[in-house]
Amino acid sequence: MKAPKVLVLRAPGINCERETHFAFERAGGAPEFVHVTQLLAKPDSLFDYRVLAVPGGFAYGDDIASGRVLAQELKGRLGDRVLQFLERGGLVLGICNGFQVLVRLGLLPCTRGKLEEEVTLTHNLSNHYECRWVTLQTQKSRCVFLPAGLTVRWPAAHGEGRLVPKDEVLARVLIEEGYAALRYVDDRGAPATHYPANPNGSPNAIAGLTDRTGRVLGMMPHPDRSFLPTHMPNWRETMRTTGSMPEDGDGMVIFREMVKVARAEG
Amino acid sequence: MQAWRIEVLVRESEPDPAGSAAAKALSRQGLAPASVRSRRGFLLGSGLTDAQVRTFARSVLTDPVLETFVVHAPGAESPKPAAGVHRISVLLRPGVTDPVAHSVQKALADMSLPVVEAATYRAYDVTGVQAHELATAARRALCNAVVNDMLPDVLPASIAKGDQRADLAPHPIPLAHLDRTGLEQLSKEGGLALDGTEMLAVQAHFAKLLRAPNRMELETIAQTWSEHCKHKTLTGRIRFDGQLVDNLLKSTIAHVTHTLARDFCVSVFVDNAGIVKFDDEDSVCIKVETHNRPSAIEPFGGAGTGVGGVIRDVLGTGKGARPIANTDVFCFAPPDMPKEKIPAGCLHPRTVLQGVVAGVRDYGNPMGIPTVNGSLHFDEDFVGNPLVYVGNVGILKTARAHKQVHAGDFVVALGGRTGRDGIHGATFSSLGLHTKSESVSSGAVQIGDPIAERKVMDAVLALAERDLFSAITDCGAGGFSSAIGEMAEGLGAEIDLQSAPLKYDGLAPWEIWISEAQERMVLSVPPRHLDAVKAVCAQECCEVTVLGRFTDTGKLVVKFEGQVHADLDLHFLHKGLPVRERIATYVAKSLVEPNLPPESDCSKALLTVLSDYAVCSKEWIVRQYDHEVQAASASKPLCGPREDGPADAAVLAPKLGSRRGIVLGNGLNPRYSKIDPAAMAECALDEAMRNIVATGGDPDYTAVLDNYCWSNTNHEERLGELVRASFALRDLALRYRTPFVSGKDSLHNEFKDGDRTIAIPGCILVTAMSVIADVARTVNSALCKKGSVLVLVGLTKNELGGSTYYKTKGVLGTTVPRVDPDLGIAVLTGVHRAIAAGCVLSAHDCSEGGLAVAATEMALGGRLGLRVDLSAVPLGTGLSPTSRVEDVLFSESQSRILLEVDRSRLQDLQANLRSAPHAVIGEVTGSDAVTFVRDGKDVCTVSIAAAERAWKRPLDLDGTLIQEVTR
Repeated sequence: MKAPKVLVLRAPGINCERETHFAFERAGGAPEFVHVTQLLAKPDSLFDYRVLAVPGGFAYGDDIASGRVLAQELKGRLGDRVLQFLERGGLVLGICNGFQVLVRLGLLPCTRGKLEEEVTLTHNLSNHYECRWVTLQTQKSRCVFLPAGLTVRWPAAHGEGRLVPKDEVLARVLIEEGYAALRYVDDRGAPATHYPANPNGSPNAIAGLTDRTGRVLGMMPHPDRSFLPTHMPNWRETMRTTGSMPEDGDGMVIFREMVKVARAEG
Repeated sequence: MQAWRIEVLVRESEPDPAGSAAAKALSRQGLAPASVRSRRGFLLGSGLTDAQVRTFARSVLTDPVLETFVVHAPGAESPKPAAGVHRISVLLRPGVTDPVAHSVQKALADMSLPVVEAATYRAYDVTGVQAHELATAARRALCNAVVNDMLPDVLPASIAKGDQRADLAPHPIPLAHLDRTGLEQLSKEGGLALDGTEMLAVQAHFAKLLRAPNRMELETIAQTWSEHCKHKTLTGRIRFDGQLVDNLLKSTIAHVTHTLARDFCVSVFVDNAGIVKFDDEDSVCIKVETHNRPSAIEPFGGAGTGVGGVIRDVLGTGKGARPIANTDVFCFAPPDMPKEKIPAGCLHPRTVLQGVVAGVRDYGNPMGIPTVNGSLHFDEDFVGNPLVYVGNVGILKTARAHKQVHAGDFVVALGGRTGRDGIHGATFSSLGLHTKSESVSSGAVQIGDPIAERKVMDAVLALAERDLFSAITDCGAGGFSSAIGEMAEGLGAEIDLQSAPLKYDGLAPWEIWISEAQERMVLSVPPRHLDAVKAVCAQECCEVTVLGRFTDTGKLVVKFEGQVHADLDLHFLHKGLPVRERIATYVAKSLVEPNLPPESDCSKALLTVLSDYAVCSKEWIVRQYDHEVQAASASKPLCGPREDGPADAAVLAPKLGSRRGIVLGNGLNPRYSKIDPAAMAECALDEAMRNIVATGGDPDYTAVLDNYCWSNTNHEERLGELVRASFALRDLALRYRTPFVSGKDSLHNEFKDGDRTIAIPGCILVTAMSVIADVARTVNSALCKKGSVLVLVGLTKNELGGSTYYKTKGVLGTTVPRVDPDLGIAVLTGVHRAIAAGCVLSAHDCSEGGLAVAATEMALGGRLGLRVDLSAVPLGTGLSPTSRVEDVLFSESQSRILLEVDRSRLQDLQANLRSAPHAVIGEVTGSDAVTFVRDGKDVCTVSIAAAERAWKRPLDLDGTLIQEVTR
C-alpha cells in the first residue's frame, strides 16, 4: 500500500514544520513541505494530498490575533476548497498555531458545515505565553481517527489557548455532540478546571476539537513534541521501572492513526 | 496624515487579561485603579471607504466571539471618555518598527482592499484614579519613552510619517587643522568613540591622500575600530605589574585552544561562532553575546534584539547554520531594591527583569528556537548596567563550515528594510552609561520583528541547502558597514547604496550604511546563482536586494546616486588601528573574614538561603520560554515528578530520530569577583563543567566560551583584575583540556550618577557544550527512589567567602572558593564514568548555597525525603569534624557533585569514581523532610513543603507557583 501524501504547510512564522514532517514520516506517511506561496499559486494542488497538516508556530507573527492573518489568506485564496478536500476524503490536522488557524478559518468546529467562526482561542488567563506538560484525555468524539479513552501527556506551549465558544448552546453542543475531542484532565482524571492542569483557563477544559465530519482535528498541546520516547519528561523513570525505552512517546498515536486511516481509505 | 481609527474592545462580560495585567502594573506604581479595560487601536489611511473599513474591522481586526469594535472617521473629533474614566493611549514613536501594521497591510491585500498606511496602538480605560497620577504611573508602567509616545485622554488621530528630505551630500570633514584635543573633541561630538591616538592615525591616513574624509568614511572607521568590533583593549598591549602582555586574548583564551589543539574543533575564532564536530556529517556551532546597553535603556527591545542578533550570528556561521537552541544569562540588581536607592536615569530592576524576560520570550518563541538553559544573578551593582547574555547554538554540515568570498560575486542583502534604528550601536556600546543615556542614546535602541527574521532564516537555510551562495554574514553592530567591510577584507567591494530598501524616506547615505536595523543578512552570491537566489527568496517571502559587487581592488567604494561617499583602503580599515597600550596592576582587596556568631537555627538559615534570588526557583521565567519547539529536548529545564526541580544542564538530540546529543551548561558567580577575580574565573569554568558532567556530558568532549563583562578597563586596577582573571581561566582550561571556541567582551560597564560611579563586578560567563553519543545516558537532579543512597563526590573546605550564606548575613568575607585542578579533574572524569556506566540515578552539582541547597533541591525535585549525615562529608582545608555545622552546610567549595545511587550499584560506582574523594553521606527516605544530622544529632531539618515555599516565593511573579503544589 502506498504511503499517504501529507501536505505540511509552511508559512512565514510557522515553526514546527520539521518535527511535524518527521512524525508523519515516522508513522509511514509521505510528507512534503509546501510553502503557502506555492499552495496559493496552485490552489487545486491541495487535492493531490490525503492529509493537510498545519503545524504550530506564530504565522505572520500572530499579529492582530493568533492565526488570524494566515486564516484570512487561506480563506480568501483557497475558499471552499478546504471543505471539498474533506468531501474528497482528505484529513486535516492543526497543532497549536495550526489549530488557531483552523478555528479562525471556520473549519473547526464547523458544526453547520460552513466556514464561519464559532469559537475563539484567546489569551490565557495568565496573559502570557506558557510552556508546560499537560495531561489530556481523548474523548468519545466524531473524530474518525482519534481513539477514545486514552490518557496522554503532551507539552502545551502557547499564549492564546483559551477556547471560548460563541454562546452557551454551542458550549453544550461541543461536549454533548462529540466535537470536544481532547480535554485537559487533573490528577484524578476529571476535566481540569484549574491552573495549571488547565493551562489557559479554557471553560470545560477543552484542549482540542474535531469538526462535523470528524475528519479535522485541532489541538493546542503538541503531539509533534512528544512522539519520541525521549521527549517524555519521565522517560528516565520509565526506563528505570521497565528496564527499556518504549518505542514511542505519547504524541505518536495521532500520526500513526491518521496515516492508518488515510491508508485504509486508500 | 488623517486616518480612520478603529478600536477593538473585549466585551464587558468577558475577562480582559491585557487590562488586568495593566492594572497589576499600575498597582505596582502605587495606584489602585477600580478597573482597567484595554483596547487595541488601529489607524488606517483615509483611502478606504466607510464600508471597507467596517468589513475589514469585522472580519480581520475583531474576534467575533469576544470583541466588538468602534470606528471613527478621519478627522472626526476624539470622543471624550465617560465621566470618571481616564484614557491612556500608548503609541510607537515614529520610526519604531511596527510589525503588526505590516500584517494589517498584508490582510488588506489578501481581501483585495486598497493597501493604505497603517499604524497600531494600545489604549487603556482606567477608573478610580486621578488623571495626573495616572499619567505619571502609566509612563512607567505601560510604556517606555524610548520607543513609545503616550497620550492621556486623547485618542491618536493620525499616522506619523518621517517625510523629511534626505541630506545626500557626502560632507567631507576637514581634520588636517586639528590637534589631538580638537580631534578628541570631534570624536566625542560625533559619537565616534575613538581616542586621540586613533583619531591621529585617521588624520595621518587622509593627509597622505591629500583629502578630508567624508562623513561616511569616518563613521565606517569608527564602527570598524569600535571596541565592540575589534576588542582593542583585550587585543592590545597591556603592561601588567612589570610584565608585558601582548594581546591578552591571544595569550590566554586563544592560547588554550591552540595549545590543546583538540580534534573536535572545526573552526575557532575566525567566524561568527565557534564550530565543533558533532558526528561524521554535521557540526554544531555556538556563540554567546551580550546586549547590555540596549537592555538597560529599553529592556524589552534590547533583550529581544539581542536574541535576534545572536541567532543571526549562528545563521551566518560557515555557509549557514540552523539555529537549534537559545541560552540566556542575566545579571540584575535585586527586584526588591528600594526605589530611593535607584539612581536617576535607571529603570527599576524589577522593570528591567520583566522587560528582559518578555523580550527574550517574544523573540525566541516566535523564531521557533527553544530557550533551554540559563541562569540569573543579582547584585545591587548591576543597577545601572544590567547584564544580558544571549547565546545560540546551531547545526550545519561540516562540509559547509568554511566560507570564501570571490571577487565578482554579488553583494546581496536579505531581509528587513533599513531605517534609522540603532545608529551608533557599536560605538554606543563602547561608552559608559550615565544619567542622560536614556535620552541621548535612544537612537541606538531597536525593537525587533522576529517574523521578519524567521523569513530570513527560512530563506538562508533554503539557499544553503541548494548551495547558492559562497559566503554569508549577519548585519549586527555597524550594519552594512561592518558586514560588507568584513566580507570584503582582502578583496574589495563596490556598493550602490541607493538600491538598499528603506523603511521610510529621509535617511542620509551614511545613516543607511551604518544603521543597525535588525533582521538583515549579507550574502556573497556567484553571478550564475543570482536568479535562483531571487526565486527562493520570493517563495520564502523574504526581500532580496543586490547592493553591489565584490571586487579585487582592495578598496571599499560606496556610492549613492553615482556620487562617491566612501573610497576606503581596506587594509587601512582593518589593519590601521593603532595598537592600544594600557597599564594594569593587580591590587588584592583588603577584606576581612567576618566573625559571625554561631548559627542559632540552621533550619531557618537554610530556608533563608533558599529564598535568596541567586538560589530561588526561576520557574516563572522558564515557563514563559518555549523549551520544546524543534522536538529535540531530551531533558527539561525543570525536572522531577512535578516538573519543578532545577536541572543543571540542557540535553538536546538535535537530529530527529538519532539519540546523539549535546549537553549545554554555564557557570558564573559575580560575587566571587568582589573578593578575587581569579577565583571568579576558575569557579565559572568549574561550575559550567560540573553542570555538564552532573547531567551526563563528557568532560573530554566539551568546548567552552568566555564572555567578559567588565567595568572601566581604562582604570589600571580594574584592568589588572581582568588580566588576573584571564590568567586563572587560562590555567584551569589548560588543565581541564577545554578549548575556547568563541568569546566576546563588553567593557566599560559602569554608571555615572553625578559624582558617584557604580561599577559592575568583573564577570566571566563560561558556557560549555558537550557532545554525547546517547542522550539516554543522562540524568537529572530529582531524587528517584526511596532507599537509595546519597554520595558526595569532592571535598568540602572552609570556603564561605562570597557565599550566598554570607550574603544573607550581609557580609562578603575572604575565603572565596578556589579550584584545585587535580581534584577537579578527578571529580569530573570520575562522575562522568559513573553516569556513563549507568550507576547513577540522579545527580546535582553544589553551587550557590553549597551542599545544603543542592541536597534540598534534589529532594524537592523528587518529592522524596533525605537524611544526610554531615559527619560523613569528606572534608578539606580549613574544616574538621568539629567545625561549625553551617560551614559544612553552606560552604561553596568547587568540584563537588551529589549522586543518588542504588545500594546495589555502590561498588560499581566506587570503581568508576576511582581516585575522586567521595563518601556515602545519606539516604533517600520516604519522609517529607530533608534532615541533616551530625554525630547522630539532628542539626537542620526543613520540610519539603517549607523548602518549596521558601524557594519558590521570591520570583513567583504571578503568584501561581506555590498554589500549584499545595493544591
